Amino acid sequence: MRVIIPLLVVLPLFAAGVSMALWRRLLLQQVLGVLVVATGLVLAVVVLVEVAEGGPVAVAIGGWPAPIGITLVADLLSALLLTISMATVLAVLLYAIGQPRADKRAFYFHPLYLVLTAGVALSFLTGDLFNLFVAFEIVLTASYVLITMGGDREQVRSGMTYVVINLLASTLLVTGVGLIYAATGTVSMADLAGRLGDIAPAVRNALGLLLLVAFGTKAAIFPLFFWLPDSYPTAPVTVTAVFAALLTKVGVYSIIRTQTLLFPGEGGGSSTLLLGVAAATMVVGVLGAIAQDDMKRILSFHIISQIGYMIFGLGLSTIAGLAAAILFIVHHIPVKTGLFLVTGMVETTTGTAALHSLGGLLRRTPVTAVLFLLVGLNLAGLPPFSGFIVKLALVQAGMAVGAWTVTGISLAVSALTLFSMVKIWGGVFWGSPEEEPPLESARGDGPLRPPRLMTAATAALVGVTLLIALGARPLWDLAGRAAADLVARDAYVEAVLGS
Amino acid sequence: MILTLAVVVGVLYGAGTYLLLQRTLTRIVIGLALISHGTNVLLLLSGGRAGVAPLIGLAEEGQAYADPLPQAMALTAIVITFALMAFLLTLGYRSWVLTHDDEVEDDIEDRRIARLAEHAERDAVDPSGDIEEGLG
Repeated sequence: MRVIIPLLVVLPLFAAGVSMALWRRLLLQQVLGVLVVATGLVLAVVVLVEVAEGGPVAVAIGGWPAPIGITLVADLLSALLLTISMATVLAVLLYAIGQPRADKRAFYFHPLYLVLTAGVALSFLTGDLFNLFVAFEIVLTASYVLITMGGDREQVRSGMTYVVINLLASTLLVTGVGLIYAATGTVSMADLAGRLGDIAPAVRNALGLLLLVAFGTKAAIFPLFFWLPDSYPTAPVTVTAVFAALLTKVGVYSIIRTQTLLFPGEGGGSSTLLLGVAAATMVVGVLGAIAQDDMKRILSFHIISQIGYMIFGLGLSTIAGLAAAILFIVHHIPVKTGLFLVTGMVETTTGTAALHSLGGLLRRTPVTAVLFLLVGLNLAGLPPFSGFIVKLALVQAGMAVGAWTVTGISLAVSALTLFSMVKIWGGVFWGSPEEEPPLESARGDGPLRPPRLMTAATAALVGVTLLIALGARPLWDLAGRAAADLVARDAYVEAVLGS
Repeated sequence: MILTLAVVVGVLYGAGTYLLLQRTLTRIVIGLALISHGTNVLLLLSGGRAGVAPLIGLAEEGQAYADPLPQAMALTAIVITFALMAFLLTLGYRSWVLTHDDEVEDDIEDRRIARLAEHAERDAVDPSGDIEEGLG
């Protein structure tokens, strides 16, 4: 374990450098990328198994003991998220390799993708706040370049907003870290868990709020979400898919981690602030999606509304609520990515993702239609998919504490999500297009064939979402234990600081 | 000394925020730079009073020395912001090359949807109103 946990971060980072040196050899870059990410997935599973059996594991990097040196900590929450992230990252990488033209030829895609993977792994594993900032920067720096990869006008315009907003949020995060250090004299989260209790409640609340704003901007919660639907749809679809899966979820993970470990609510009541934010995020996201005409934009707005569900689970401040939120993230990462990958298949074969120039794809490419149906209904939360299970868990947790309003809102939003999926289905797969799709080969009425590897990668990811539904019981138990660990805090602190 | 620096942090944040709220890209970039400078000073401040001996070299046995961690954090933050500022300037330049304009543009798709709502409102008030008129 002492080797495996740092390896999850170091390996992709090192491979990124090698990949950069191989910039003339695309095939080698691809092989290297797949090998490294697949290894990452195996390592993540090993960590998950180990942590599930033996509790949280902490590794001190550089030989300095815990509160002083840098620590990497794997507990159930981070191991779960790491595993599902790696699986998703692998599927998207295969998909990107299978995608004809576009970003595949850009030689810097592979190194950046590996840097992004390393950054995501580091943010899930890091045990101190400043390192969390560094991890965020690794992820974001890679994402800045990926999102503006084409360098065309639309990408530069939205990329500018994206970079400025995220840079500002990062600056707020460092400000928060600096203030926390000034108040407590440590940035190690396990150490802070004990020390933050000693400072004045007003100061503590201010610090907690500052971190919430910084992470909330990255997680795109209400009212800090506005940059997301603007910037995500302009990027190449593989990039959007992996962003949708990971970037906002890293923000949500940080919110969960800091809110449970550093700023647990006093008295254990549910947090009105978080529940209010959750309700607004759900409603705004889903209503925003209804007004859109482009598949990528619809789905981008749905990311926001789904973030609301996760915050809802966290805001309940019960173990059941937290467990539901964790399971929601695990379900959401592959489902959302799957939807974007299907969108990419539509876009690759027809040249557009705008509903008004699409139609009748059910006859022309039934595979794409079936894959969309499987993930679309999953996102909307219909039984027997995992979306139904996680929403049921959330609703039960909400009713258990009597948070009727938010629970009701979450159900209504769920129905509106179904409406959006039906709208995409009706616009893309049924009927006939209002205007011709831009790609010459897509005109007429003949069958459309998305590239095999793209279809296979998407199908694999859809398979993962179905597996989550099948393995709901053990996953739910794992999420429950992860949530219990988060609330108890002892195991985490003990693993880092020693007893 | 601490008060002076605290005031400096405040001024940098204030000026940075003002510039961030402008519509010109150059000003936004400078604003961000100011805010991140403010943050670096703040990180340095979080280590306590200035004027104490550094960790290595000058501190004698038993003498108090400056906390090295905030200095390390400030250095890291400086390196990161430096790189990102360079990237942001490149992006700003690219935007200028493409549009010959230094202003932040609106999201076109967003504006289109906002117009949809306006038309719906106008239609509700005056069903005979000319829709095309508003598109210009």
